[in-house]
Amino acid sequence: MAEIITKATRESFGEALCEQAAVNPDIVVLDADLAAATKTSIFAKAYPDRFFNCGIAEGNMIGVAAGLAAAGKLPVAASFAMFATGRAFEQIRNSVAYPGLNVKIAGSHAGISTGEDGATHQCLEDIGIMRTIPGMVVLNPADHWEMKAATKAALEYEGPVYIRLGRLAVDSFNDPETYKFEWGKGITLEEGDDITVIATGLCVLESLKAVRELKAEGKSVRLINIHTIKPIDREIIIKAARETGRIITVEEHNVIGGLADAVCEVTSAECPVPVRRIGVYDEFGYSGPAKELLDIFGLTAPGIKKVIEEELNE
Amino acid sequence: MTQADKRELEILACKARIGTIIGTFNAKSGHPGGSLSAADMFTYLYFKEMNVNAADPDWADRDRFVLSKGHCCPSLYAILALKGYFSWDELSVLRHVGAMLQGHPDMKGTPGIDMSSGSLGQGVSAACGMALAAKLDKKNYRVYTVLGDGECEEGEVWEAAMFAGHKGLDNLTVIVDCNGLQIDGTTAEVGGVEPLDAKFESFGFDTAIINGHDFDEIEAALAQAKASDKPFAIIMKTVKGKGVSFMENQVGWHGKAPNADEYKIAMAELEAQLKELEA
Repeated sequence: MAEIITKATRESFGEALCEQAAVNPDIVVLDADLAAATKTSIFAKAYPDRFFNCGIAEGNMIGVAAGLAAAGKLPVAASFAMFATGRAFEQIRNSVAYPGLNVKIAGSHAGISTGEDGATHQCLEDIGIMRTIPGMVVLNPADHWEMKAATKAALEYEGPVYIRLGRLAVDSFNDPETYKFEWGKGITLEEGDDITVIATGLCVLESLKAVRELKAEGKSVRLINIHTIKPIDREIIIKAARETGRIITVEEHNVIGGLADAVCEVTSAECPVPVRRIGVYDEFGYSGPAKELLDIFGLTAPGIKKVIEEELNE
Repeated sequence: MTQADKRELEILACKARIGTIIGTFNAKSGHPGGSLSAADMFTYLYFKEMNVNAADPDWADRDRFVLSKGHCCPSLYAILALKGYFSWDELSVLRHVGAMLQGHPDMKGTPGIDMSSGSLGQGVSAACGMALAAKLDKKNYRVYTVLGDGECEEGEVWEAAMFAGHKGLDNLTVIVDCNGLQIDGTTAEVGGVEPLDAKFESFGFDTAIINGHDFDEIEAALAQAKASDKPFAIIMKTVKGKGVSFMENQVGWHGKAPNADEYKIAMAELEAQLKELEA
């Protein structure tokens, strides 16, 4: 069993940027006065000449990133998910994605686990917003090792990418010796025949805990980790739908627009099966400690386990 | 600038205006007013100022141009065609299905277009990014962007201006085409963008106010921009619809194509101007 590293994925992202910057001199990083929070501060400290604080002006930051990319640089622009994808949506669509420029956009403090800051900062729409843009890749890594591998892959890929970073420290569950990040490929974490749980981001570990408890109780539950929400792994979803006949999605996002919809888009076209969606049901969050909120919204192991049991009893 | 040089530029600018009328007439849509007001600046930039090579549009060391007011591309397209980036015939299928020349600039599909643009305010940010890239790569190329005076109502313009001033982008020249009109009326009535020179100066720019139809003044302002150790803003006063009598200073000609009769009149006027210049 690999050592457990407890770390927020935003921090793993900051470390990965530094590692990749050492081998690619074109990488430059932009932030909008949130470097200390998005952890691009780690990069800024290591590469001060390649870091540009754009001030609290996210729209301009994305436009500057587009110009840098058009002139051959490899810009990474970071802010909170809310502002990176919400406020700057149109700059991302028109100045980055339409010309297909090689810009990486990182949104931290995504989801309800942003906690005490409350609804204005708990972005529950970023995956949906980014997924609707033609050509945009959407990544939502689950732990330290996956974030490092995903960041590397995003920087090696030519084209626009959105990568979602979490605020909350989470335990690693992947083993760096065996872990392999494959672009657009889901990872089956547990095999099972009666139902499939498809999770993303920090909900993967919570789902893993729930599924392992059920396995110990003799249930046969499959668990798939989707780190690339777009382009989504159609094959693994179709296979799960065919073989287990029932799917549960788990995400720290509005059930509209995110993983749930991405999965249903595949099943409805290829193999219609019931899909139970765990997520935030089209409402705003509110202030509170992250872990309490995750419990309340049913996004931790007990809540997930309860839903799986309900579905198994259907 | 010699009289002959100036005459040559005037001929090219007149041809760019003819191209604008051909393009918007055949498209049955588009934006002739602002295309005509900026035509002289486009002419000077591409034929006198910028270090570019039409045979190698992606040359890494070229000067860059971003048309932030992307809707005014018809006259820019005409200039690019005259410069040899693509055939003049493309203008007659502007905005048609499958055409290379899109309604707003598309850097992926059109040689010579350095940045896709059209959503107002965004081009200035992209130009800042290019100017920053030149600094990072220790290259000497310069970046030029043209925006509208109405466009300066967009907050992003000022985010970008703050960025350019703060980061010391002395290789950036922002040119504001002040034709005084926008879709819903005069800029004074609609948004209150003035005073533009004082605004840019407060963000760390040097500025010049010029007549945007006078090549001597354009030349002097661009020389001043190069000599400045700050980003530079040229506030150019222009006439919207310049060169076509019935379009001049008419708010209605912002985003409307000439009909067949209007096309004939406009072409006759411009061709007469061209004949006189070439005489």
